[in-house]
Amino acid sequence: MKCEVLSNVFLKERRLLLDLAVPAGFAAASPGQFLHIRIEDSCDPLLRRPLSIHDYCASGKKNGVVVRVLYEVVGKGTALLSEKKPYSEIDCLGPLGSGFDMEKIAGYKNVYIIAGGMGVAPLFFLVRKIMECKVKSVKCKVAVLLGVKTKNDILREKEFKDLGCQVHIATEDGSKGFKGRVTELLKEKLQPRSIICACGPKPMLAAVSEIARSNNVPAQVSLEEFMGCGLGACLGCVIRTTSGYKRICHDGPVFDSSEIIWKD
Amino acid sequence: MKPRLEVKIAGLKLKNPVMTASGTFGYGDEFADYVDPARLGAVITKTITLHRREGNRPPRISETAAGMLNSIGLQNNGLDDFIKNKLGAYKDPRIKLIVSVGGETNAEYGRIVRELSVFKQVSAFELNISCPNIEYKDKIIAQDERLTREVVKEARRNTRLPLIVKLSPNVDDIAKIARAAQDAGADAVSLINTFLGMAIDVRTRKSILGNITGGLSGPAIKPIALRMVWQVRNSITLPIIGMGGIMTARDALEFIIAGASCVAVGTVNFVDPGASLEIIAGIERYLVEHKFKGINELVGSLNVS
Repeated sequence: MKCEVLSNVFLKERRLLLDLAVPAGFAAASPGQFLHIRIEDSCDPLLRRPLSIHDYCASGKKNGVVVRVLYEVVGKGTALLSEKKPYSEIDCLGPLGSGFDMEKIAGYKNVYIIAGGMGVAPLFFLVRKIMECKVKSVKCKVAVLLGVKTKNDILREKEFKDLGCQVHIATEDGSKGFKGRVTELLKEKLQPRSIICACGPKPMLAAVSEIARSNNVPAQVSLEEFMGCGLGACLGCVIRTTSGYKRICHDGPVFDSSEIIWKD
Repeated sequence: MKPRLEVKIAGLKLKNPVMTASGTFGYGDEFADYVDPARLGAVITKTITLHRREGNRPPRISETAAGMLNSIGLQNNGLDDFIKNKLGAYKDPRIKLIVSVGGETNAEYGRIVRELSVFKQVSAFELNISCPNIEYKDKIIAQDERLTREVVKEARRNTRLPLIVKLSPNVDDIAKIARAAQDAGADAVSLINTFLGMAIDVRTRKSILGNITGGLSGPAIKPIALRMVWQVRNSITLPIIGMGGIMTARDALEFIIAGASCVAVGTVNFVDPGASLEIIAGIERYLVEHKFKGINELVGSLNVS
């Protein structure tokens, strides 16, 4: 489906926020789902790029809906995407995939959101949805832990604070907040009767899973992989689980961490 | 007057010459939001093996210049699961279902086609003897004339339904293997499967694919696929299903002009899930514009003067 670019702006070096107008007939998105984007009508790059939905909200125009994508320029495809100007159109499939289990999250008093680097991308939509529900259910506490290499890599800190949740920063070089990995910070902060939602590099997610297991709390993790069809047909983007290989595009990208086998 | 898109191939009557290539369209249900399988010439399923196969270790795909590598390793839930959970979805008699069959022994190929032949949803079989991501006695069957003959004969003994043999491009002479398939009782050949290839991450010095090598598909391979269709067309009398990097109706027409009676579209399904239907429409427009009464007039019509 063709989506019109409303804006495509740099937030930081190499990192952009893309707003797309959602056309009629586009299904409503839920947190953790992704768009499968065809960047150019060309043979190179050939395949679509799966990009997390950063937010999905009213646009301000009458009945208008915006789907928002936060992305980093890492290769040819995302470099071309960064050059897209307002009023141009991008071919998007989606929203695709199975996202966070909101019902399960609603049953916990403390929610820990762990973002490693660009892993923050799908978590903003999640936190906004949780905070919307929080108004109804009292006493739920949401803590967002943003892990980055250095303070210049921090994204969306203010936006998370504006939603009304606690934000903690972990920088590997100690330039801001906790010095060290975000998983070390999680170990310090984690309270019992909590649930963890995380997105980031695979080794970080494996560490989060281990923390969740040893503290006997559940964790939902959002995974990333090269994708072919994005629809569950090609079996190109799989992860090993306790019940065999599962499709990240269709069975995920969000999984309960206890079912993932992290070792290669 | 509307041109005729119908094709008769290997005893099958198809409403148009466009199929979806094995492994790129699942079992059809995953694409239900984009393509009604009843509008296609045929659906070729993901390859079924007798027993469940876990598939290869990830990463399984990698994009390359105008193409992609894959190393799925025939992940599937096996014959019984296919019968129980997938065949039922094909109640619509307008759908032409071609089941792609893989095996570790000739007997397995024979048993799968025998067991599936009783289901009226199944229109034909494509024998996948050319997957580059699994090994059968240390080689791909379609790299050897004798192995090809033996497996086709075994399948032939076990079914009366049309048998399509899928050929590998990873050979010195594809026409030789096509003749072996013809001699052994095949009703059609499909070509080509993917080219063995690889890609390396220079930072880690590891292969990008978990299985190290994989199969190359997409527009990058189209000129070679087209040449192979032309070569096989000049060597055997069986009808050909042509494939390899078809992205547009124009690509499909090239294969038909080179000698393919039908085409299958694969990688493009990942780029644009509705591409198969656009290709059918594009072929029809071409026939109208060039005043052909039917697609059959175009098959093998390459002008070599």
